[in-house]
Amino acid sequence: MPLYELTAHELHEKLKAREITAVELTQSMYHRIGAVEEQIDGYLTLTEEGALESAAVADEGFQRGDEMPPLAGIPIAIKDVICTKGVLTTCGSKILGNFVSPYDATVMTKLHQQGAVMLGKTNMDEFAMGSSTENSAYQTTRNPWNLETIPGGSSGGSSAVVAAGAAICSLGSDTGGSIRQPAALCGVVGMKPTYGRVSRFGLVAFASSLDQIGPFSKDVTDCALVLNAICGHDPMDSTSADVPVPDFTKCLINDLEGVKIGIPKEYFTAGIDSEIEESVRSAIAVLQGAGATIEEVSLPHTDYAMATYYIIAPAEASANLARYDGVRYGFRATNADELGDMYRQTRSQGFGEEVKRRIMLGTYALSSGYYDAYYLKAQQVRTLIKSDFDDAFEKVDVVVTPTSPTAAFKIGERTADPLQMYLSDVLTTPANLAGLPGISIPCGLTSDDLPIGLQILAAPFEEEKILRAAYTFEQNTDHHRKRPKLSSK
Amino acid sequence: MMLVDFSIDIPSGEQNMASKYETVIGLEIHAELSTNSKLFCNCEVKFGSAANTQTCPICLGMPGVLPVMNQRAVEYSTRAALGLNCKIASYSKFDRKNYFYPDLPKGYQISQYDLPLAYDGYVDYELDGETKRVRINRIHLEEDAGKLVHADVTGNPNQSYVDFNRSCVPLLEIVSEPDLRSPEEAIAYWRAVKEILEYVEISDCNMEEGSFRCDANISLRPVGSKELGTRTELKNKNSFQHVLTALEYEEKRQARILDEGGEVIQETVLFDINTGRTASMRSKEEAHDYRYFPEPDLVPFEVDAAEVERIRASLPELPAERRQRFVAEYGIPAYDAEFLTATRQMADFFDETAHLSGDPKASSNWIMGDLSGLLNNAGIEIQDTQVTPDHLSELIQLINDQIISGKIAKSVLPDVFETGNPPKQIVDEKGLSQISDASAIESIVDQVIKENPGPAQDYRDGTQKAIGFLVGQVMKATRGKANPQMVNQLLQQKLSG
Ligand SMILES: [Zn+2]
Repeated sequence: MPLYELTAHELHEKLKAREITAVELTQSMYHRIGAVEEQIDGYLTLTEEGALESAAVADEGFQRGDEMPPLAGIPIAIKDVICTKGVLTTCGSKILGNFVSPYDATVMTKLHQQGAVMLGKTNMDEFAMGSSTENSAYQTTRNPWNLETIPGGSSGGSSAVVAAGAAICSLGSDTGGSIRQPAALCGVVGMKPTYGRVSRFGLVAFASSLDQIGPFSKDVTDCALVLNAICGHDPMDSTSADVPVPDFTKCLINDLEGVKIGIPKEYFTAGIDSEIEESVRSAIAVLQGAGATIEEVSLPHTDYAMATYYIIAPAEASANLARYDGVRYGFRATNADELGDMYRQTRSQGFGEEVKRRIMLGTYALSSGYYDAYYLKAQQVRTLIKSDFDDAFEKVDVVVTPTSPTAAFKIGERTADPLQMYLSDVLTTPANLAGLPGISIPCGLTSDDLPIGLQILAAPFEEEKILRAAYTFEQNTDHHRKRPKLSSK
Repeated sequence: MMLVDFSIDIPSGEQNMASKYETVIGLEIHAELSTNSKLFCNCEVKFGSAANTQTCPICLGMPGVLPVMNQRAVEYSTRAALGLNCKIASYSKFDRKNYFYPDLPKGYQISQYDLPLAYDGYVDYELDGETKRVRINRIHLEEDAGKLVHADVTGNPNQSYVDFNRSCVPLLEIVSEPDLRSPEEAIAYWRAVKEILEYVEISDCNMEEGSFRCDANISLRPVGSKELGTRTELKNKNSFQHVLTALEYEEKRQARILDEGGEVIQETVLFDINTGRTASMRSKEEAHDYRYFPEPDLVPFEVDAAEVERIRASLPELPAERRQRFVAEYGIPAYDAEFLTATRQMADFFDETAHLSGDPKASSNWIMGDLSGLLNNAGIEIQDTQVTPDHLSELIQLINDQIISGKIAKSVLPDVFETGNPPKQIVDEKGLSQISDASAIESIVDQVIKENPGPAQDYRDGTQKAIGFLVGQVMKATRGKANPQMVNQLLQQKLSG
């Protein structure tokens, strides 16, 4: 089996046994990237030189026989919304087209400490706003399972490169489903940790109260290993939680005896593709077979989640994106003749349509006279959505749902209809509003051979319950072993 | 309260306006806190550094950065709020104030909107011998912006630059109720706040460096009316005189508009230092909607009651209390107390000198007179001189013990000021102590009587004032060291004997 098909934990064994070197592994990854990237277009920037240097450092450790961290020498891709020192960090936007970050995000510092190897920066919807990665100012990433379909979004580059074997793991960010939805559509594991679990320092903000960094991987074990590396309190992020981080690999137990699983009836309504519902129902049966008890729960305010999300997220974004003004860094329009015109021209030319749409939505929602009716009301509904989950988690350990109502759709199919596009996230946004951890794992393929994702949610800081259920499912099925049939050039 | 006497050219013919309208003024005072580091990052705060050398990705508003609150700034704010008699909020939060300007790196300022850290305070100040009170509506903490540098500095008329050294420096905003009834009251209140902030040592209130500024709003209403008139605003002033001049001008301008049956437009007016007049900005920036909303990058914070009490206990005696105590405890005139409490350092100096010397009135006279003269000439503050309360009390004791005369003492103090040596040492080294030994003076007295038979005879014949001339001659012969009282007594004895 080629190295790119292996998981991080399998590669770690080979590195430790010195069957392979990290440099060889890295070189083989760039070879794979060269073979498939033309079809996928998942990367915006490749950092081969730095990657080979990191790999060489890891090799020295392995050769000395040091106790090496699980991600040492492991090739990882980073969503271009995470700041990487000395490397372009564009957020998929023209307005940051020339922006080289002067500092590393906290997650990057943590990955470097592990000795991980950064392969490059991945494509994304501009400023993480989108569900198909079609809103990138640079390129359209294609789903490795079917090159005519989208990979999901906004972290579509990060999910596609893992699915295509062009990275072993990757990091994405999830504001309304931007890790879980593309993971589902690309047939990989993707997890959004609890809000506050991973430092946001260096994650370019879309919606500060919703954003969270998380991993993509081929299996749940790798997911746990990346979580171990990136979680933890950061004094640089006031919203990061000062709570102990467990060793997430300890909860990877193939058994669900005594575990209660809730099925929220509001997530199985019209709009869910029947093949997807079928696949998720049979996944629930697998979990039941592993010892879990299944019960129906109700999350009565689910219907309001989309509207709530599309007020809060744009409102925060409208302020977060105000700093891109052409004054200090990034793109500046050259045809302006005075300050106000410089702002207008820079932002009109620098931002794409969807970003401008959301800035306007958010600005409107915060405006004097509308604030109470929109933003304040949305915050109140957010509290209700959270308390729905609080009630549910009094009865059950985890909640299981489909991740996305449909499988990957055709490129261009929904770009003309923003509302249709927004519905891609209808099952994932509630977890962001409530600050919950959530995972998407592969649970089958449609008749068109497109992956289907199973979403598992838990109460805040109970990632271990999610990982245990996901791991058990994985051990009793082989969906996670399926790979797209990409033809190398 | 001491007020600097500004000479202002008041246009004539409008003096009667004052009787028709009541002036209503409120101030928003901004004071930079003198913390070592900025409000949301670790950058050092130091005035006068080269442009953009005290910056980091956070205070430059780079993508992906997050603010982390400087706890020291909250402590400083609490000190200030307690000094201004405010209540401290048990629960407080930050909000984003959104607007575009090149000196504002994030496109929003982190400030406080509906839950400021302190509220409901007051300041008592004195004006023309009367104690007046201004209520304080609220005090909140926010970050300062950077500073624009234009062609007058850069020499390039086509470009402006931004210096972000000041960006993110903690700024306290103190919002008064519209309780001020004249421009003079506004200035007196502003000075009182400055004095308190200096006393509690949370801001250096350096107006030239821009660390102490104010916005003023002013409106007029018919005398007796309870409703507020339409106000105009003056922004970002860092000079007492400018504010006084601008408010006086606005007062008259608004009165004229009202007299003519017109309406005052609510707007920000610009004050021109050169003409002493205000002008309308008439800009669309007037219609600002700041779209405040809670800052999601910071968690709400609490200052717990025990911490508030700890800070309260650590506060120094404030100027108003201190003035009262000086009058009561030391029996000095109110005018002296006012002068001596102008800065905390001077009040401390006086307090200590009065204690050590046991002569408060002499201490006060020396500080207000000769010492202040020396400080003014040298252009330094009392905390910067080599003269210490020990020195000054020693000098006062030397006079009281009749070792030197007051006149000699006046020549000793500049020496202390120059050298930092104790007065006694200077007196000893220069042989300045008074001759109080009767036998030593007696021969000189005899000599003087012999050499000045005319005045001696005049005295004997009843011309009392002739003795003054003879005393002067003795003092001259002893180079001022003879004890003048003793000389007087000896002369009287000899001439009447
Ligand atoms: Zn800084």
